[in-house]
Amino acid sequence: MTPETKHLEVTLQTQVESVNLAEEMCLRVAEAAGFGEDDCYRIGMSVREGVINAFHYGNQEKPEKKIHLAVDLTPDKMIIHVLDEGKGFSLADVPDPLAEENLLSTSGRGIFLMRAFMDEFEVVTGQNGGAEVIMSKKLPTPGSSEPNGQGGQGGSAKTPQQEA
Amino acid sequence: MALHATHRDAGRVTVVDLSGRITLGEGSALLRKTIRALLDEDRSQLLLNLGDVDYIDSSGIGELVSAFTAAKSRNGDMKLLNLTKKVRDLLQITKLFTVFEVFTDETTALRSFS
Repeated sequence: MTPETKHLEVTLQTQVESVNLAEEMCLRVAEAAGFGEDDCYRIGMSVREGVINAFHYGNQEKPEKKIHLAVDLTPDKMIIHVLDEGKGFSLADVPDPLAEENLLSTSGRGIFLMRAFMDEFEVVTGQNGGAEVIMSKKLPTPGSSEPNGQGGQGGSAKTPQQEA
Repeated sequence: MALHATHRDAGRVTVVDLSGRITLGEGSALLRKTIRALLDEDRSQLLLNLGDVDYIDSSGIGELVSAFTAAKSRNGDMKLLNLTKKVRDLLQITKLFTVFEVFTDETTALRSFS
């Protein structure tokens, strides 16, 4: 971590309320960092989905487990880490929610939304063996013609297929 | 903002007016409870007015899909009315825009059930 990086981390309970708490916390950081309304929405949604994933799939809603949320604000991007205390998973095992046979599934869209709404997204195995979601969004360029962050990479929701 | 749901009859169709956020927790649970209660009363022709719903997460999307399949399984239907831009965008990127029938005008929406 460079001296210019601001770091914030919090340990959350495995409960539904943590989803809103994490979203609100990251939205405040994103607004302070200069992201516009559209990008704040995408960041907030991605944080929600990351924490829902940790709450439901990672920690399996077990209250004795924790969710670790960290935010790094570097000079050029906001990086969000969501670490659970579950068994971890591989992205390759996550079904494609856009596949015809999965369109009417009532779950399984969280990873897709995080990929679509953030500039970078990956899942690694955390130090405790759980899954760590790491995602980032580039900060809006000062003096940009799109000061609300609607230009550049954050301009529109991308599907993973479009990113490939 | 917490989800708020009311419903009214329009002929054989029940219009469910929703406002607020459909998200994990109370929002999704209220939508599930509302739809379940209507289906239990044999009201299976449902038009969900989402004009005042400004936010839906993956849990809310799951509830919409669940409501749709539950209505279909009772030989009914569930259609959507008045999507906000964020909700419309969300349904487009998740390809659910191709699954749900979506309307911008209530009269047209109601007529489509007949």
